[in-house]
Amino acid sequence: MTDQPLFAAQEPIFPRKVRGTFRNLKWVVMIVTLGIYYLVPWIRWDRGPNLPDQAVLVDLAGRRFYFFWIEIWPHEFYFVAGLLIMAGLGLFLFTSALGRVWCGYTCPQTVWTDLFILTERWIEGDRNARVRLWKAKWDAHKWRLRLTKWVIWGLIGLATGGAWVFYFADAPTLLGDLVTGQAHPVAYTTMAILAFTTVLLGGFAREQVCIYMCPWPRIQGAMMDEGTLTVGYRDWRGEPRGKPRQNREGDCIDCMACVNVCPMGIDIREGQQMACITCALCIDACDEVMDKIGKPRGLIDYLALSDAPPDTLAERVAANPIGIRATGDASTIPAPGAPAPAPNASPVPILTRADIKGWKPQPVWKHILRPRTIFYTIAWALIGVALVVALFIRPEIDMTVAAVRNPTYVTLSDGTIRNAYDIRLRNKHGEARDFHLSLNSDEILRIVVEGRDDLVVPVPPDSTTRTRVYVQARPGDPAAGANRVDLRFWVEDLISQERAYVDTHFLGTESN
Amino acid sequence: MSGKRLDEATGTETTGHSWDGIEELNTPLPRWWLWTFYATIVWGIIYVILYPAWPLVSGATSGVLGWSTRGEVAEQIDAVNLSNAELIDSLTTTDLAVLPANEALHGFAIQAGASVFANNCSQCHGRGAAGVQAAGYPNLLDDDWLWGGTLDDIAQTVRHGIRNDEDLDARWSEMPAFGEMLEDEEITTLVAHVRSLSGLTEAPGTAGEELYLDNCASCHGDNGLGDRVVGAPNLTDAIWLYGGSAEDVEYTIRNARFGVMPPWQGRLGEAQVRAVAAYVHSLGGGEAQIGE
Ligand code: SF4
Ligand code: SF4
Repeated sequence: MTDQPLFAAQEPIFPRKVRGTFRNLKWVVMIVTLGIYYLVPWIRWDRGPNLPDQAVLVDLAGRRFYFFWIEIWPHEFYFVAGLLIMAGLGLFLFTSALGRVWCGYTCPQTVWTDLFILTERWIEGDRNARVRLWKAKWDAHKWRLRLTKWVIWGLIGLATGGAWVFYFADAPTLLGDLVTGQAHPVAYTTMAILAFTTVLLGGFAREQVCIYMCPWPRIQGAMMDEGTLTVGYRDWRGEPRGKPRQNREGDCIDCMACVNVCPMGIDIREGQQMACITCALCIDACDEVMDKIGKPRGLIDYLALSDAPPDTLAERVAANPIGIRATGDASTIPAPGAPAPAPNASPVPILTRADIKGWKPQPVWKHILRPRTIFYTIAWALIGVALVVALFIRPEIDMTVAAVRNPTYVTLSDGTIRNAYDIRLRNKHGEARDFHLSLNSDEILRIVVEGRDDLVVPVPPDSTTRTRVYVQARPGDPAAGANRVDLRFWVEDLISQERAYVDTHFLGTESN
Repeated sequence: MSGKRLDEATGTETTGHSWDGIEELNTPLPRWWLWTFYATIVWGIIYVILYPAWPLVSGATSGVLGWSTRGEVAEQIDAVNLSNAELIDSLTTTDLAVLPANEALHGFAIQAGASVFANNCSQCHGRGAAGVQAAGYPNLLDDDWLWGGTLDDIAQTVRHGIRNDEDLDARWSEMPAFGEMLEDEEITTLVAHVRSLSGLTEAPGTAGEELYLDNCASCHGDNGLGDRVVGAPNLTDAIWLYGGSAEDVEYTIRNARFGVMPPWQGRLGEAQVRAVAAYVHSLGGGEAQIGE
């Protein structure tokens, strides 16, 4: 008996170059996502004086988030929460329809790994050359290639970390400071950490991240079902496989092209597996082979488990009655748990290999438009609509009123009963604004702003001011002796004339 | 190694664990995990050597770097004080009469004063500065001041305190205990008269007025308006330091009251005295400087 080691060395993977539809799609996605990442901090947006003119800016010191025409304050963090929920639901939606399509195309780990493999291939050559180099001795040639590669990786990593910090400060200024060594140490530290992790994860760890570190492959199982389109191998068409010119029935010529291009180093012909990131490169590779040997494309394809022909499916149902449920055209198959068919009834149509080869799977739209995906879409859209509505109806004036209840009221020397309130006023404009405070028409109560003779609170541009305000009831006034009296504070922006109110209470001597 | 065997389907060795007929495969972990694990152990050892880590009976190992959270906080406080040095300096020297006109300095004083108050004054005057009537700790939120309510007056009170023996400049006055000087009947009449000054009851007539003029007017004034020079309370307003019920007033007249406040200038220093005065002044009862 062989005693397995507890820990196994990482098997190096040398993905081969591949051409095709999905590879092109991946290039496009890479250019678009990297373009967005690197260029967005450089977009300018004029907000007027005193405000940053960077279109997308996370201003941590000022506690603001600027996104083009939208400005988010910390108390509006629900927008960010809403966007995160939408991102989550979006991921559920795509996973239930298309498996790990996020992983295969847009995940930063995939995009940067692709970029790193691209430079690796450019410097060290394609798969065979790289395998040779891997096995070669560490001579000058190998050192030169390796060092060149690592330096370029380092530069890519640095650019990645560099782009990140531009989201948190004015990009042109920060770039100048970074170059002249005057930037804040936090900027350099952030860049260094991100450069290091980018090279480590994209250059060295690669598929290990997707298999061992990322929780998503574990979660995705709950999002996917037998109707989900994932990259799969039509074993009923490909098997039994064999070398060309050998006697074989299936279409697979066992050329290993699909395995050699796979960045995860797996063999998709073994069936759906956790490590597969649905990047579809194996589809491109196999399609090329099929074209060469004059067979129809799609031996490896985006397909669902329920697309398997009935007899293959029947075998699977028999092997795992809980895991796979027949749908669509395969409905002749008894559902698991259904009473066994009568012995003389023909249970499953037995298909010949010729029948199977011509087997028509469910059309793609039926896999994508399912109750499950429709539900996710609706939930996703509802939150989106709610956020947009919230964005448009959120008030320009923001006032909070905190009644001071320690003590509940103060008696003044002439017997006046006084309540104190801390009022916070937000001025979201680029210039100072005067806010006028007043009470609802109850004229018996008097309002006083601490430290001022009038009822105007000046608020500096783009900031929040806290003011203490007193409300007084003269002795003899019913409010002075009452328990609690309803009260409404009004605030008016003297420039825009916009008004807002907050309700609170006045507590009299009866309140304790 | 009994119980281990090769799984037929995968060819992988099993761990020998089996649940409901399902056997666990002994799939090895990646080796870099192992190395990461060793690295964390090395990291942990280095950390324990460099930083305080090991709890002892009284304290902990100090670590060769000599770093501690306490020391770091002290450093941060020093840094803040250093960055505020200019403000603190001008707060100590500015004429308090013009302090409110200097918005930045005034704001700084009030903020700083709030924490001075919370640390030193709230024990008697309460977290919200409303005082404790039963114990005679004055309410600092109202507009009634025994010794004056301008910034200067308040700062003076904080600096030297009231009726204490430690500070020669402490504000000082003493009300005699009339319980030994007046008859019970006279005291009852006097209580009624004093309470009538602020409209709490009917005036008992000329007898009360006479008693008042003979015994009380020298400090509290002929009309009961009080005298801030000696800290004699205004008896005509709605505020009673020790309560305005007949029993409270009678107790005050019989036994006198003797509120004490310690001097703070030694403990707080001039900047903090001024800061807390600015804070108290801003609580809603502060008075403008005379002549302003
Ligand atoms: S690329 Fe296609 S033909 Fe070649 S081994 Fe893979 S499945 Fe078979
Ligand atoms: S099996 Fe195919 S789709 Fe899956 S990761 Fe490998 S190449 Fe990509």
